[in-house]
Amino acid sequence: MMEFFTALAEQSFLQSAMIAGVLASIACGLIGSYVVVMRISYLAGGIAHSVMGGMGIAYFLGGSPLVGALIAAVVSALIIGLVKLYWQAREDTLIGALWASGMALGIIFISQTPGYQVDLMSYLFGNILLVAEGDLWLMAGMDLIIVGAIALLYRPFQAVAFDPEFARMRGLPVNLLYLLLLCIVALTVVLLIQVVGLILVIALLTLPAAIAGHYVRTLSSLMALATLLGLCFTSAGLAISYGPDLPAGATIILLAAGCFIISSVLSARKKPMKSPDTRT
Amino acid sequence: MGRFPKSIIEFDRVSFRYQSVPVLENITLAVREGEFLGLVGPNGGGKSTLLKLIMGLISPDSGSVRVYGTTPKKARSRLGYVPQFARFPSDFPITVEETVLMGRLKQRRIWQRYSAEDKKIAHKSLEETGVAEFADRPIDQLSGGQLQRVLIARALASEPELLLLDEPTASVDSHQEKGVFDLFKELNKRMSIIVISHDIGFITDYVDRVACLNKEILCHETHAITPDIIDQMYGGHVHAIHHHSHAI
Repeated sequence: MMEFFTALAEQSFLQSAMIAGVLASIACGLIGSYVVVMRISYLAGGIAHSVMGGMGIAYFLGGSPLVGALIAAVVSALIIGLVKLYWQAREDTLIGALWASGMALGIIFISQTPGYQVDLMSYLFGNILLVAEGDLWLMAGMDLIIVGAIALLYRPFQAVAFDPEFARMRGLPVNLLYLLLLCIVALTVVLLIQVVGLILVIALLTLPAAIAGHYVRTLSSLMALATLLGLCFTSAGLAISYGPDLPAGATIILLAAGCFIISSVLSARKKPMKSPDTRT
Repeated sequence: MGRFPKSIIEFDRVSFRYQSVPVLENITLAVREGEFLGLVGPNGGGKSTLLKLIMGLISPDSGSVRVYGTTPKKARSRLGYVPQFARFPSDFPITVEETVLMGRLKQRRIWQRYSAEDKKIAHKSLEETGVAEFADRPIDQLSGGQLQRVLIARALASEPELLLLDEPTASVDSHQEKGVFDLFKELNKRMSIIVISHDIGFITDYVDRVACLNKEILCHETHAITPDIIDQMYGGHVHAIHHHSHAI
Protein backbone atom coordinates (compact mmCIF):
# COMPACT_ATOMS: atom_id res chain seq x y z
CA MET A 1 0.00 0.00 0.00
CA MET A 2 2.92 2.36 0.76
CA GLU A 3 3.99 1.75 -2.79
CA PHE A 4 0.69 3.32 -3.91
CA PHE A 5 1.19 6.47 -1.86
CA THR A 6 4.74 6.92 -3.08
CA ALA A 7 3.54 6.51 -6.66
CA LEU A 8 0.65 8.90 -6.00
CA ALA A 9 3.10 11.60 -4.98
CA GLU A 10 5.20 11.11 -8.09
CA GLN A 11 2.95 9.96 -10.90
CA SER A 12 0.64 12.51 -12.49
CA PHE A 13 -1.55 9.79 -14.05
CA LEU A 14 -2.37 8.50 -10.56
CA GLN A 15 -3.14 12.01 -9.36
CA SER A 16 -5.46 12.46 -12.32
CA ALA A 17 -7.11 9.14 -11.47
CA MET A 18 -7.66 10.28 -7.88
CA ILE A 19 -9.18 13.56 -9.02
CA ALA A 20 -11.44 11.67 -11.44
CA GLY A 21 -12.55 9.53 -8.49
CA VAL A 22 -13.44 12.62 -6.45
CA LEU A 23 -15.35 14.18 -9.34
CA ALA A 24 -17.23 10.94 -9.94
CA SER A 25 -18.12 10.57 -6.25
CA ILE A 26 -19.85 13.94 -6.13
CA ALA A 27 -22.09 13.03 -9.06
CA CYS A 28 -22.77 9.51 -7.84
CA GLY A 29 -23.66 10.68 -4.34
CA LEU A 30 -26.08 13.39 -5.44
CA ILE A 31 -27.77 11.69 -8.36
CA GLY A 32 -27.39 8.10 -7.19
CA SER A 33 -29.58 9.08 -4.24
CA TYR A 34 -32.42 10.10 -6.57
CA VAL A 35 -31.96 6.96 -8.66
CA VAL A 36 -32.24 4.79 -5.56
CA VAL A 37 -35.21 6.52 -3.92
CA MET A 38 -37.10 6.76 -7.22
CA ARG A 39 -36.26 3.14 -8.02
CA ILE A 40 -35.11 3.91 -11.52
CA SER A 41 -31.83 2.00 -11.58
CA TYR A 42 -33.05 -0.12 -14.49
CA LEU A 43 -33.73 3.09 -16.38
CA ALA A 44 -30.23 4.37 -15.56
CA GLY A 45 -28.80 1.03 -16.70
CA GLY A 46 -30.60 1.43 -20.03
CA ILE A 47 -29.13 4.90 -20.48
CA ALA A 48 -25.65 3.63 -19.62
CA HIS A 49 -25.69 0.85 -22.20
CA SER A 50 -27.27 2.91 -24.96
CA VAL A 51 -24.28 5.23 -24.60
CA MET A 52 -22.22 2.64 -26.48
CA GLY A 53 -24.09 3.61 -29.67
CA GLY A 54 -23.09 7.26 -29.30
CA MET A 55 -19.48 6.35 -28.56
CA GLY A 56 -19.30 4.06 -31.60
CA ILE A 57 -20.74 6.65 -33.97
CA ALA A 58 -18.46 9.39 -32.61
CA TYR A 59 -15.47 7.10 -32.97
CA PHE A 60 -16.44 6.21 -36.56
CA LEU A 61 -16.78 9.89 -37.45
CA GLY A 62 -13.50 10.73 -35.77
CA GLY A 63 -15.11 12.80 -33.00
CA SER A 64 -14.69 12.60 -29.25
CA PRO A 65 -16.28 9.43 -27.83
CA LEU A 66 -17.15 11.39 -24.69
CA VAL A 67 -19.24 13.89 -26.64
CA GLY A 68 -20.90 11.01 -28.51
CA ALA A 69 -21.65 9.36 -25.18
CA LEU A 70 -23.17 12.55 -23.81
CA ILE A 71 -25.48 13.01 -26.78
CA ALA A 72 -26.57 9.37 -26.76
CA ALA A 73 -27.24 9.42 -23.01
CA VAL A 74 -29.40 12.55 -23.12
CA VAL A 75 -31.31 11.30 -26.20
CA SER A 76 -32.10 7.96 -24.52
CA ALA A 77 -33.10 9.67 -21.29
CA LEU A 78 -35.53 11.90 -23.19
CA ILE A 79 -36.96 8.99 -25.20
CA ILE A 80 -37.58 6.92 -22.07
CA GLY A 81 -38.97 9.90 -20.15
CA LEU A 82 -41.33 11.05 -22.93
CA VAL A 83 -42.64 7.54 -23.51
CA LYS A 84 -43.28 7.13 -19.80
CA LEU A 85 -45.04 10.49 -19.46
CA TYR A 86 -47.09 10.68 -22.64
CA TRP A 87 -47.67 7.24 -24.10
CA GLN A 88 -47.73 5.19 -20.93
CA ALA A 89 -46.29 2.34 -22.97
CA ARG A 90 -44.46 -0.57 -21.38
CA GLU A 91 -41.48 1.34 -20.07
CA ASP A 92 -39.37 -1.69 -19.14
CA THR A 93 -39.69 -3.21 -22.61
CA LEU A 94 -38.56 0.04 -24.18
CA ILE A 95 -35.60 0.35 -21.82
CA GLY A 96 -34.54 -3.21 -22.66
CA ALA A 97 -34.72 -2.40 -26.37
CA LEU A 98 -32.67 0.80 -26.00
CA TRP A 99 -30.18 -1.04 -23.79
CA ALA A 100 -29.44 -3.74 -26.36
CA SER A 101 -29.78 -1.73 -29.56
CA GLY A 102 -27.42 0.96 -28.24
CA MET A 103 -24.78 -1.69 -27.60
CA ALA A 104 -25.36 -3.28 -31.02
CA LEU A 105 -25.12 0.06 -32.80
CA GLY A 106 -21.87 0.87 -31.02
CA ILE A 107 -20.25 -2.43 -31.89
CA ILE A 108 -21.23 -2.16 -35.57
CA PHE A 109 -19.80 1.35 -35.89
CA ILE A 110 -16.61 0.45 -34.07
CA SER A 111 -16.14 -2.61 -36.29
CA GLN A 112 -16.51 -0.41 -39.39
CA THR A 113 -14.03 2.20 -38.22
CA PRO A 114 -10.91 2.10 -40.40
CA GLY A 115 -7.49 1.91 -38.79
CA TYR A 116 -6.60 0.16 -35.57
CA GLN A 117 -9.31 -1.39 -33.45
CA VAL A 118 -10.20 0.69 -30.44
CA ASP A 119 -9.77 -0.91 -27.07
CA LEU A 120 -13.37 -1.94 -26.42
CA MET A 121 -12.49 -3.05 -22.93
CA SER A 122 -11.80 0.49 -21.77
CA TYR A 123 -15.29 1.64 -22.83
CA LEU A 124 -16.91 -1.33 -21.21
CA PHE A 125 -14.92 -1.51 -18.00
CA GLY A 126 -13.45 1.97 -17.63
CA ASN A 127 -9.96 3.39 -17.81
CA ILE A 128 -9.54 5.58 -14.78
CA LEU A 129 -5.74 5.39 -15.11
CA LEU A 130 -5.93 6.80 -18.64
CA VAL A 131 -8.12 9.82 -17.84
CA ALA A 132 -6.54 12.82 -19.58
CA GLU A 133 -6.40 16.32 -18.16
CA GLY A 134 -8.94 17.52 -20.71
CA ASP A 135 -11.35 14.82 -19.53
CA LEU A 136 -10.92 16.03 -15.96
CA TRP A 137 -11.99 19.54 -16.94
CA LEU A 138 -15.00 18.12 -18.76
CA MET A 139 -15.90 16.01 -15.72
CA ALA A 140 -15.54 19.06 -13.47
CA GLY A 141 -17.85 20.99 -15.80
CA MET A 142 -20.47 18.24 -15.61
CA ASP A 143 -20.19 18.17 -11.82
CA LEU A 144 -20.76 21.90 -11.76
CA ILE A 145 -23.97 21.51 -13.77
CA ILE A 146 -25.16 18.68 -11.51
CA VAL A 147 -24.38 20.50 -8.26
CA GLY A 148 -25.93 23.69 -9.59
CA ALA A 149 -29.11 21.92 -10.65
CA ILE A 150 -29.49 20.21 -7.26
CA ALA A 151 -28.78 23.42 -5.36
CA LEU A 152 -31.47 25.23 -7.36
CA LEU A 153 -34.01 22.45 -7.66
CA TYR A 154 -33.62 20.35 -4.52
CA ARG A 155 -37.20 20.95 -3.27
CA PRO A 156 -39.01 20.55 -6.60
CA PHE A 157 -37.01 17.41 -7.45
CA GLN A 158 -37.80 16.01 -4.01
CA ALA A 159 -41.51 16.72 -4.51
CA VAL A 160 -41.54 15.12 -7.97
CA ALA A 161 -39.64 12.05 -6.76
CA PHE A 162 -41.86 11.65 -3.70
CA ASP A 163 -45.37 12.33 -4.97
CA PRO A 164 -45.66 13.65 -8.54
CA GLU A 165 -49.45 13.91 -8.39
CA PHE A 166 -49.35 16.19 -5.35
CA ALA A 167 -46.55 18.22 -6.94
CA ARG A 168 -48.73 18.70 -10.01
CA MET A 169 -51.59 19.79 -7.76
CA ARG A 170 -49.31 22.45 -6.27
CA GLY A 171 -48.73 23.79 -9.78
CA LEU A 172 -45.17 22.54 -10.29
CA PRO A 173 -44.11 21.80 -13.90
CA VAL A 174 -43.82 18.10 -13.05
CA ASN A 175 -43.15 16.71 -16.54
CA LEU A 176 -40.44 19.25 -17.22
CA LEU A 177 -38.78 18.57 -13.87
CA TYR A 178 -38.93 14.81 -14.41
CA LEU A 179 -37.30 15.06 -17.86
CA LEU A 180 -34.66 17.41 -16.48
CA LEU A 181 -33.87 14.98 -13.70
CA LEU A 182 -33.50 12.14 -16.22
CA CYS A 183 -31.12 14.28 -18.30
CA ILE A 184 -29.04 14.90 -15.18
CA VAL A 185 -29.02 11.15 -14.52
CA ALA A 186 -27.75 10.74 -18.11
CA LEU A 187 -25.02 13.31 -17.48
CA THR A 188 -23.99 11.49 -14.30
CA VAL A 189 -23.87 8.14 -16.07
CA VAL A 190 -21.49 9.54 -18.70
CA LEU A 191 -19.32 11.07 -16.00
CA LEU A 192 -19.09 7.80 -14.08
CA ILE A 193 -18.33 5.81 -17.24
CA GLN A 194 -14.94 7.55 -17.25
CA VAL A 195 -14.16 5.74 -14.02
CA VAL A 196 -15.74 2.30 -14.20
CA GLY A 197 -16.98 1.88 -17.78
CA LEU A 198 -20.53 1.46 -18.98
CA ILE A 199 -21.06 -2.12 -17.80
CA LEU A 200 -20.20 -1.37 -14.18
CA VAL A 201 -21.56 2.18 -13.96
CA ILE A 202 -24.92 1.20 -12.54
CA ALA A 203 -23.22 -0.29 -9.48
CA LEU A 204 -21.22 2.86 -8.73
CA LEU A 205 -24.37 4.93 -9.23
CA THR A 206 -26.60 2.97 -6.87
CA LEU A 207 -24.48 1.12 -4.30
CA PRO A 208 -23.19 4.12 -2.28
CA ALA A 209 -26.71 5.57 -2.00
CA ALA A 210 -28.18 2.16 -1.21
CA ILE A 211 -25.66 1.67 1.62
CA ALA A 212 -26.27 5.19 2.90
CA GLY A 213 -30.00 4.40 2.93
CA HIS A 214 -29.34 1.83 5.65
CA TYR A 215 -28.24 4.59 8.03
CA VAL A 216 -29.86 7.95 7.25
CA ARG A 217 -33.47 8.96 6.67
CA THR A 218 -33.43 12.27 4.83
CA LEU A 219 -32.57 12.90 1.21
CA SER A 220 -29.90 15.51 1.92
CA SER A 221 -28.03 13.33 4.42
CA LEU A 222 -28.38 10.42 2.00
CA MET A 223 -26.62 12.52 -0.63
CA ALA A 224 -23.83 13.55 1.74
CA LEU A 225 -23.16 10.04 3.00
CA ALA A 226 -23.36 8.50 -0.48
CA THR A 227 -20.81 11.03 -1.76
CA LEU A 228 -18.49 10.19 1.12
CA LEU A 229 -18.87 6.46 0.49
CA GLY A 230 -18.27 6.95 -3.23
CA LEU A 231 -15.08 8.79 -2.36
CA CYS A 232 -13.93 5.93 -0.11
CA PHE A 233 -14.69 3.27 -2.71
CA THR A 234 -12.99 5.02 -5.62
CA SER A 235 -9.82 5.94 -3.73
CA ALA A 236 -9.55 2.69 -1.79
CA GLY A 237 -10.28 0.70 -4.94
CA LEU A 238 -7.59 2.58 -6.78
CA ALA A 239 -5.08 1.98 -3.96
CA ILE A 240 -5.89 -1.72 -3.63
CA SER A 241 -5.70 -2.34 -7.36
CA TYR A 242 -2.37 -0.55 -7.82
CA GLY A 243 0.04 -3.06 -6.23
CA PRO A 244 -1.21 -6.30 -7.81
CA ASP A 245 -2.04 -4.41 -11.03
CA LEU A 246 -5.78 -5.29 -10.96
CA PRO A 247 -8.31 -3.45 -13.15
CA ALA A 248 -9.20 -0.36 -11.08
CA GLY A 249 -12.86 -0.09 -12.11
CA ALA A 250 -13.64 -3.71 -11.27
CA THR A 251 -11.83 -3.40 -7.91
CA ILE A 252 -13.87 -0.30 -7.01
CA ILE A 253 -17.13 -2.07 -7.83
CA LEU A 254 -16.27 -5.25 -5.91
CA LEU A 255 -15.32 -3.17 -2.90
CA ALA A 256 -18.64 -1.28 -3.06
CA ALA A 257 -20.62 -4.49 -3.57
CA GLY A 258 -18.85 -6.18 -0.64
CA CYS A 259 -19.67 -3.26 1.66
CA PHE A 260 -23.26 -3.25 0.42
CA ILE A 261 -23.72 -6.92 1.28
CA ILE A 262 -22.18 -6.53 4.75
CA SER A 263 -24.22 -3.41 5.43
CA SER A 264 -27.44 -5.08 4.25
CA VAL A 265 -26.90 -8.02 6.58
CA LEU A 266 -26.09 -5.75 9.53
CA SER A 267 -29.08 -3.48 9.02
CA ALA A 268 -31.46 -6.40 8.42
CA ARG A 269 -30.44 -7.87 11.78
CA LYS A 270 -30.92 -4.60 13.57
CA LYS A 271 -34.30 -3.65 12.11
CA PRO A 272 -36.79 -6.02 13.81
CA MET A 273 -35.57 -4.96 17.25
CA LYS A 274 -35.69 -1.25 16.46
CA SER A 275 -39.27 -0.96 15.28
CA PRO A 276 -41.51 -3.91 16.04
CA ASP A 277 -44.76 -2.12 15.37
CA THR A 278 -44.39 0.22 12.42
CA ARG A 279 -47.19 0.21 9.92
CA THR A 280 -50.56 -1.09 10.93
CA MET B 1 -80.64 25.49 1.79
CA GLY B 2 -79.68 29.05 2.45
CA ARG B 3 -76.52 27.91 4.15
CA PHE B 4 -74.83 27.25 0.80
CA PRO B 5 -75.09 30.46 -1.14
CA LYS B 6 -72.90 29.75 -4.14
CA SER B 7 -71.68 26.78 -6.13
CA ILE B 8 -67.93 26.20 -6.03
CA ILE B 9 -67.98 23.16 -8.30
CA GLU B 10 -70.19 22.67 -11.31
CA PHE B 11 -70.23 19.52 -13.40
CA ASP B 12 -72.34 19.91 -16.52
CA ARG B 13 -73.10 16.62 -18.34
CA VAL B 14 -69.57 15.35 -17.84
CA SER B 15 -68.44 12.04 -19.32
CA PHE B 16 -65.04 10.41 -19.04
CA ARG B 17 -63.66 7.24 -20.57
CA TYR B 18 -60.50 5.47 -19.57
CA GLN B 19 -59.18 4.15 -22.86
CA SER B 20 -62.51 2.92 -24.24
CA VAL B 21 -64.15 2.00 -20.93
CA PRO B 22 -66.70 4.57 -19.74
CA VAL B 23 -65.96 5.57 -16.14
CA LEU B 24 -68.31 8.51 -15.71
CA GLU B 25 -71.43 9.16 -17.75
CA ASN B 26 -73.43 12.35 -17.98
CA ILE B 27 -72.58 13.67 -14.53
CA THR B 28 -74.31 16.88 -13.50
CA LEU B 29 -73.49 17.99 -10.00
CA ALA B 30 -73.08 21.20 -8.07
CA VAL B 31 -71.18 21.52 -4.81
CA ARG B 32 -71.94 24.53 -2.67
CA GLU B 33 -69.59 26.63 -0.63
CA GLY B 34 -69.12 25.33 2.92
CA GLU B 35 -70.59 21.97 2.08
CA PHE B 36 -69.32 18.62 3.41
CA LEU B 37 -70.02 16.15 0.62
CA GLY B 38 -69.52 12.40 0.83
CA LEU B 39 -68.84 10.40 -2.32
CA VAL B 40 -69.71 6.72 -2.11
CA GLY B 41 -70.03 3.92 -4.60
CA PRO B 42 -68.47 0.63 -5.66
CA ASN B 43 -64.84 0.25 -6.71
CA GLY B 44 -64.45 1.41 -10.29
CA GLY B 45 -67.56 3.54 -9.90
CA GLY B 46 -65.57 6.66 -10.79
CA LYS B 47 -65.07 8.30 -7.39
CA SER B 48 -61.33 8.96 -7.75
CA THR B 49 -61.87 9.98 -11.36
CA LEU B 50 -64.35 12.61 -10.22
CA LEU B 51 -61.74 14.07 -7.83
CA LYS B 52 -59.11 14.08 -10.58
CA LEU B 53 -61.48 16.00 -12.84
CA ILE B 54 -61.99 18.59 -10.10
CA MET B 55 -58.22 18.94 -9.74
CA GLY B 56 -57.71 19.16 -13.49
CA LEU B 57 -55.31 16.21 -13.51
CA ILE B 58 -57.50 14.79 -16.30
CA SER B 59 -59.97 16.45 -18.66
CA PRO B 60 -63.50 15.27 -19.45
CA ASP B 61 -64.26 13.70 -22.83
CA SER B 62 -67.46 15.71 -22.97
CA GLY B 63 -69.23 18.24 -20.79
CA SER B 64 -67.61 20.89 -18.65
CA VAL B 65 -66.12 21.14 -15.18
CA ARG B 66 -65.95 24.53 -13.48
CA VAL B 67 -64.23 25.05 -10.15
CA TYR B 68 -64.63 28.40 -8.39
CA GLY B 69 -66.10 29.73 -11.61
CA THR B 70 -62.98 28.99 -13.61
CA THR B 71 -61.07 26.03 -15.09
CA PRO B 72 -59.90 23.32 -12.68
CA LYS B 73 -56.25 24.07 -13.47
CA LYS B 74 -56.61 27.73 -12.56
CA ALA B 75 -58.44 26.86 -9.34
CA ARG B 76 -55.86 24.29 -8.19
CA SER B 77 -54.12 26.58 -5.74
CA ARG B 78 -57.37 26.85 -3.76
CA LEU B 79 -57.64 23.07 -3.33
CA GLY B 80 -56.02 20.74 -0.82
CA TYR B 81 -55.67 17.09 -1.73
CA VAL B 82 -55.17 14.00 0.41
CA PRO B 83 -54.41 10.99 -1.79
CA GLN B 84 -55.49 7.45 -1.14
CA PHE B 85 -53.22 5.97 1.48
CA ALA B 86 -49.56 6.01 0.53
CA ARG B 87 -49.11 5.45 -3.18
CA PHE B 88 -45.52 6.61 -2.87
CA PRO B 89 -42.63 4.38 -1.79
CA SER B 90 -43.00 4.03 1.98
CA ASP B 91 -39.24 3.94 2.51
CA PHE B 92 -38.67 7.33 0.87
CA PRO B 93 -36.13 9.21 3.00
CA ILE B 94 -38.13 12.21 4.14
CA THR B 95 -39.24 13.61 7.48
CA VAL B 96 -42.76 14.47 8.52
CA GLU B 97 -41.94 18.18 8.48
CA GLU B 98 -40.48 18.03 4.95
CA THR B 99 -43.57 16.16 3.78
CA VAL B 100 -45.95 18.74 5.19
CA LEU B 101 -43.86 21.61 3.79
CA MET B 102 -44.65 20.28 0.31
CA GLY B 103 -48.07 21.80 0.87
CA ARG B 104 -46.27 25.16 0.73
CA LEU B 105 -44.75 24.66 -2.74
CA LYS B 106 -45.62 27.65 -4.88
CA GLN B 107 -47.41 27.72 -8.21
CA ARG B 108 -45.38 27.57 -11.43
CA ARG B 109 -42.14 28.33 -9.71
CA ILE B 110 -38.89 26.46 -10.25
CA TRP B 111 -36.88 28.04 -7.46
CA GLN B 112 -38.46 27.07 -4.15
CA ARG B 113 -37.44 28.11 -0.67
CA TYR B 114 -39.47 27.63 2.47
CA SER B 115 -39.81 30.80 4.52
CA ALA B 116 -40.23 31.03 8.29
CA GLU B 117 -43.89 31.73 7.55
CA ASP B 118 -44.15 28.46 5.57
CA LYS B 119 -42.67 26.54 8.49
CA LYS B 120 -45.06 28.18 10.93
CA ILE B 121 -48.04 27.20 8.81
CA ALA B 122 -46.72 23.64 8.42
CA HIS B 123 -46.40 23.27 12.18
CA LYS B 124 -49.84 24.69 12.79
CA SER B 125 -51.23 22.06 10.40
CA LEU B 126 -49.35 19.30 12.21
CA GLU B 127 -50.77 20.47 15.51
CA GLU B 128 -54.26 20.64 14.12
CA THR B 129 -54.09 17.02 12.94
CA GLY B 130 -52.48 15.92 16.20
CA VAL B 131 -49.12 14.70 14.90
CA ALA B 132 -46.86 17.65 15.72
CA GLU B 133 -44.74 15.50 18.04
CA PHE B 134 -43.53 13.47 15.04
CA ALA B 135 -42.28 16.47 13.02
CA ASP B 136 -38.66 15.30 12.90
CA ARG B 137 -39.41 11.63 12.34
CA PRO B 138 -38.88 9.92 9.00
CA ILE B 139 -42.24 8.90 7.59
CA ASP B 140 -41.36 5.20 7.49
CA GLN B 141 -41.47 5.16 11.28
CA LEU B 142 -45.14 6.14 11.44
CA SER B 143 -48.18 3.92 11.73
CA GLY B 144 -50.79 3.98 8.95
CA GLY B 145 -53.06 6.26 10.96
CA GLN B 146 -50.24 8.68 11.79
CA LEU B 147 -49.11 8.88 8.17
CA GLN B 148 -52.68 9.58 7.11
CA ARG B 149 -52.80 12.52 9.51
CA VAL B 150 -49.49 13.78 8.13
CA LEU B 151 -50.96 13.71 4.61
CA ILE B 152 -54.00 15.64 5.85
CA ALA B 153 -51.64 18.18 7.46
CA ARG B 154 -49.80 18.50 4.12
CA ALA B 155 -53.08 19.37 2.41
CA LEU B 156 -53.98 21.86 5.18
CA ALA B 157 -50.59 23.54 4.84
CA SER B 158 -51.76 24.74 1.41
CA GLU B 159 -54.48 26.70 3.27
CA PRO B 160 -57.16 25.33 0.97
CA GLU B 161 -60.71 26.56 0.58
CA LEU B 162 -61.79 23.11 -0.54
CA LEU B 163 -60.35 19.89 0.84
CA LEU B 164 -60.49 16.73 -1.30
CA LEU B 165 -59.90 13.40 0.40
CA ASP B 166 -59.65 10.03 -1.34
CA GLU B 167 -60.57 7.24 1.13
CA PRO B 168 -58.83 8.96 4.06
CA THR B 169 -59.68 6.20 6.52
CA ALA B 170 -58.94 3.13 4.37
CA SER B 171 -55.87 2.31 6.44
CA VAL B 172 -57.10 3.09 9.96
CA ASP B 173 -59.27 1.11 12.34
CA SER B 174 -62.82 2.13 13.15
CA HIS B 175 -61.87 3.83 16.42
CA GLN B 176 -59.37 6.09 14.63
CA GLU B 177 -61.84 6.60 11.81
CA LYS B 178 -64.18 8.45 14.16
CA GLY B 179 -61.31 10.70 15.28
CA VAL B 180 -60.41 11.56 11.70
CA PHE B 181 -64.01 12.41 10.82
CA ASP B 182 -64.36 14.53 13.96
CA LEU B 183 -61.36 16.45 12.66
CA PHE B 184 -63.05 16.91 9.26
CA LYS B 185 -66.18 18.17 10.99
CA GLU B 186 -64.05 20.78 12.75
CA LEU B 187 -62.28 21.75 9.50
CA ASN B 188 -65.63 22.04 7.74
CA LYS B 189 -66.31 25.16 9.83
CA ARG B 190 -63.82 27.02 7.64
CA MET B 191 -63.60 25.07 4.39
CA SER B 192 -65.65 22.95 2.01
CA ILE B 193 -64.88 19.23 2.01
CA ILE B 194 -65.41 16.40 -0.44
CA VAL B 195 -64.57 12.98 0.93
CA ILE B 196 -64.57 9.61 -0.81
CA SER B 197 -65.54 6.77 1.45
CA HIS B 198 -66.39 3.12 1.15
CA ASP B 199 -68.34 3.27 4.41
CA ILE B 200 -71.73 4.67 3.52
CA GLY B 201 -73.31 4.02 6.90
CA PHE B 202 -70.55 5.74 8.82
CA ILE B 203 -70.18 8.95 6.84
CA THR B 204 -73.87 9.86 6.75
CA ASP B 205 -73.47 10.85 10.41
CA TYR B 206 -70.98 13.51 9.39
CA VAL B 207 -71.63 14.82 5.89
CA ASP B 208 -74.26 17.27 4.71
CA ARG B 209 -74.96 15.26 1.61
CA VAL B 210 -73.96 12.01 -0.02
CA ALA B 211 -73.49 11.53 -3.74
CA CYS B 212 -73.71 7.89 -4.80
CA LEU B 213 -71.62 7.22 -7.81
CA ASN B 214 -71.63 4.26 -10.16
CA LYS B 215 -70.78 5.73 -13.55
CA GLU B 216 -73.78 7.97 -13.03
CA ILE B 217 -74.87 10.00 -10.04
CA LEU B 218 -77.66 8.00 -8.46
CA CYS B 219 -78.68 10.26 -5.64
CA HIS B 220 -77.40 13.12 -3.62
CA GLU B 221 -79.19 13.74 -0.39
CA THR B 222 -78.35 12.18 2.97
CA HIS B 223 -81.88 11.28 3.84
CA ALA B 224 -82.59 9.87 0.42
CA ILE B 225 -80.41 6.78 0.69
CA THR B 226 -82.88 3.95 0.64
CA PRO B 227 -82.20 0.23 0.36
CA ASP B 228 -83.42 0.53 -3.22
CA ILE B 229 -80.61 2.91 -4.09
CA ILE B 230 -78.00 0.82 -2.34
CA ASP B 231 -79.33 -2.10 -4.39
CA GLN B 232 -79.03 -0.12 -7.55
CA MET B 233 -75.55 1.02 -6.66
CA TYR B 234 -73.94 -2.17 -5.44
CA GLY B 235 -76.09 -4.71 -7.21
CA GLY B 236 -78.18 -6.01 -4.34
CA HIS B 237 -75.61 -7.76 -2.19
CA VAL B 238 -75.57 -5.22 0.60
CA HIS B 239 -77.62 -5.17 3.78
CA ALA B 240 -78.87 -1.80 4.82
CA ILE B 241 -77.95 -0.94 8.40
CA HIS B 242 -80.13 1.64 10.02
CA HIS B 243 -78.60 4.10 12.39
CA HIS B 244 -79.54 7.34 13.98
CA SER B 245 -78.95 10.35 11.88
CA HIS B 246 -77.93 13.35 13.86
CA ALA B 247 -79.20 16.76 13.05
CA ILE B 248 -76.62 18.68 11.10
